[in-house]
Formats: sequence, structure tokens, C-alpha cells
Amino acid sequence: MPTAIATRWVEACAADEIDEEDVIRFDEGGRTFAIYRSPDDVYFATDGLCTHEKVHLADGLVMDSIIECPKHNGRFDYKTGKAKGAPVCVDLKTYPVRVEDGKVLIGLD
Amino acid sequence: MTERMVVIGAGEAGARAAVALRENGFAGTITVVGDEHHLPYERPPLSKAVLTGPDEPAPPHILDEARLAAHSVDLLHSTAATAIDRDAHRVALEGRDPLPYDRLLIATGARARRLAVPGASPETVHYLRSFTEALALRRRLAPGHRLIVIGGGFIGLELAAAARARGATATVIEMAPRLLGRAVPAALAALIAARHEAEGVRLVLGATIARIESAAEGRRVVLGNGDTITGDTIIAGVGALPEIALAEAAGLAIDNGIAVDAHLATDDPDIFAAGDCCSFPHALYDGRRIRLEAWRNAQDQGNAVAKAMLGANERYEAVPWFWSDQYDLTLQIAGLSDLATRTVTRDLGDGARIDFHLAADGRLVSASGLGPNGRIARDVRLAEMLIARRARPSASDLADPQIKLKSLMV
Repeated sequence: MPTAIATRWVEACAADEIDEEDVIRFDEGGRTFAIYRSPDDVYFATDGLCTHEKVHLADGLVMDSIIECPKHNGRFDYKTGKAKGAPVCVDLKTYPVRVEDGKVLIGLD
Repeated sequence: MTERMVVIGAGEAGARAAVALRENGFAGTITVVGDEHHLPYERPPLSKAVLTGPDEPAPPHILDEARLAAHSVDLLHSTAATAIDRDAHRVALEGRDPLPYDRLLIATGARARRLAVPGASPETVHYLRSFTEALALRRRLAPGHRLIVIGGGFIGLELAAAARARGATATVIEMAPRLLGRAVPAALAALIAARHEAEGVRLVLGATIARIESAAEGRRVVLGNGDTITGDTIIAGVGALPEIALAEAAGLAIDNGIAVDAHLATDDPDIFAAGDCCSFPHALYDGRRIRLEAWRNAQDQGNAVAKAMLGANERYEAVPWFWSDQYDLTLQIAGLSDLATRTVTRDLGDGARIDFHLAADGRLVSASGLGPNGRIARDVRLAEMLIARRARPSASDLADPQIKLKSLMV
């Protein structure tokens, strides 16, 4: 799954709204996203629903660079969107992120 | 030289193992033998989304044609394995030539236990194990249809919830005085019972069944106390039995399932077993031999047994994990509570809670969460990791929802 080519930047949240090694949900225009802050304090964004049974990944657990789905423990590398084995086999779409003035912006296509 | 891997059973464990063999670098042939005509599919949705989804369902495939081809896995579907010749290293197949193997995986799963009462027959009592059976049940569950469920376990309660979702009525008959047996703590089972009653499900507990009758107005269940319950469809979810016939006939050790060691090998070093059909010793629970009927276990053992078949020496000791979805409630259970002497509850608000079960020595052995999936899943997952680490968290920390379980992972 490719990274989106940003055609517009949308403010998702304040940078301090997400703990390190954690995730929150962000909804915009009928779509849902997951915004991550890695243990080394870098921000990432992916589609918000697991590719297995369409559950919100933001309810899942972040461990290092992995997000684990809360439903059936499907795992993805949230930095690349790569599916990391059963039961998920379809990658997550990822989005570019930048932090400006304490705000997390994601680039949407 | 190991060149030919054969897997009997195209369910969760067998299909995962086939893929995992390839992912772990195996370059020889992989043949999966399955007696259904579908491609390998996930069974958990059969009692949930397949029944309640708005559209005519398709089997939720684990492996479609593209993935089978990508991993060079040969699937012999609609094919029954009839015998294992251990001396010749061959599997006899119905209507085909025998299949030679170097290493064999038996992943035959379990079958629904049949209700043994007078009047119970394939015409009067239905079961749910296959996609075909789920599709047949889905077609019956129309508004006004009267479903009688025999058995108040996971499957039975999911069926009752599915019936209500489709506008059918549901009556659940359970022999025990409460729902969900030993697998679920009584306090959580009581909350689940209350939710079913609030949804209009009639629960008949502590009831034995004398016989099944057919009458002009439908099917009738006659209880031991003489009461009768009349409906249109009777379905039984009264447990499952491991499919051991092939293994038993081949002389492999059987002990509540095909007996395997901690590496999932049978007493024949070239034959392995995984999933619902096998029993294995679990290091987290005093090395006691257990057999699990669970999707996650089938998946994890499928992955683990592939490595073992390729010669790895890892012990299988994943924490047992179960879940059920009923209405908007999710029940998730990590670990086994048999060794527990103390329960601590963490109240997450809005009716969501986690019960932690501690052994006499303070070790966390199990955690059960009930509530909307998004409220409980993270804590149950962290509890699972604490259980795997044999952690002894303090009861007061576990009970306090302000204390993040992640902070207890030292």
C-alpha cells in the first residue's frame, strides 16, 4: 500500500495529545485515521481501520514501531503500513505527517 | 532430506502452517488436504457476521487462489484423507493416489458434539461448524422465526445474539445453573446473561432435555421437568470433539486429543499435530496437558508447528486467548483461571471491566474483559503479556484504572 501524495494538510491534534509509544484516532470528512507517536518521539499516520475486520486501530496497543489491532491482534508496522503476519495480509495506507507550532498535520490526498 | 510436507486439514491451523512453512524458507512441496470444497476460511465469523451481515456472505478466506499460488501451496479440496501409513510415509486419500510425505501435520480440528437425546436427528437438530451450515442457518433467521438454542456457551450465545439481530426470537436452554461454564468467571457470565435478557432472549437454565418432538406447530423440546419449548429451528452448541480418528487408527498416542509434546510433535517424530485436535503440555500452567478449541491457538500453533517441522527447537507456550462478540459486547479472555485463588476487578466505566485472576503465589494467571471492544482490548492484551512474563503485579495496581497496565511491564 503506497503512502498518500499530500494535496492538502489537515490539523489532526496537538502534539502533546498523544503519549509517546501511543496512538489516537482522528476523523475527517467521513474517513478515519490513526495518528501515532513513536517511542523516539516521531509522528506517523495510517488509515484508521484494520484491513482484517475494519476495527479502529487507535483502540489497539503500540509497541515500538508496531500497532496491534484490538480485535484479533493483527500487526502492522505503522511507519511503513506493512502487515506483519496472520491474520492480516493487506498493508495499511500511510500518510505524510509534519509537526508545526505544536500541531500534528497529516497530508491527505 | 525433507522435501515433501503434507498437511491434513485446511482450517485455521493447517492453512497458517502451510504459509508459515514457506515464510520460514521451506523450498519443497507443500500439499494441504481438505474435505470441504471451499478454500481455507476463518470459522469465527460463522456465528457472527456471516449470520448478521447485510449482504449474502462469502466464506472469509484465509488463503485465496492468489495467495495459494504465491506461496506454491497445493490444495486438494473436497478430498478426505482415509489413513496414514507411517511405515511407508504415505497418506491414503479418497478417490486419489496415496500422497507421500517426509513430514506430516495433522490439523483435523474438531467436530460439533451431537445431542444424544431421543428424537434428535439431522432433520430435527442443527449444528454450526462449517460455512455451509452457517449459510443454511442464515436463510432461516427471518423476522418472527423461533430459534431454540441448546447450550449456553460461546457458540450458543452468539447464535442467540445473531437471531435477535435478524428479528428472530431466541430461547437458550442450558443444563448448568449458569451460562458459559468454567471458561468464564461467574460475575461476567451474569452480566452477559442480563444483557441477553434485556435483548429479549429467553434463558432456561438448569434444564435437562428429555426428548425432541416434531409437531404441526414446529419442533418441540421436552425438558426433564416436563415443560415444553416450541420453535421453528433447533440448533445445538454443546461442545466439540477432537478429530482423532486418523491418528488413532495410525497408532499415535491419544490423550484428550492427539497427544503432542511442547514442540507439537506426536510420538512419531515425522508427524505433528496442531489446533483443536491436539493436546499439549503448557509450561505456564504447571506443564499440565491442555487442549484448546480456539482460533488464536490454531493460528499460533499453525505458525509454531511449521518451524518445528523444519527442525526448530522452540517450546510452544503462547498464552491461551479466547474471545466472543455478542451484540456490541466483546468478551476477551487471556490465560486460564484454574490456578486462581483471588480475583481483582478493574472498573473501566460504562459497564466495561477487567477481572484479573491471581494464583496463590500472586502470579497473574488469567484476565477476562467484558465491554465494548475498544474499551477492554488494550488492557487484556497487556494482561496477556504480563501473564506470559509470569508477573506478580500488586492487586491494588490492577484494580486502579488510573494506573496504566503498560507501566507494570517491567
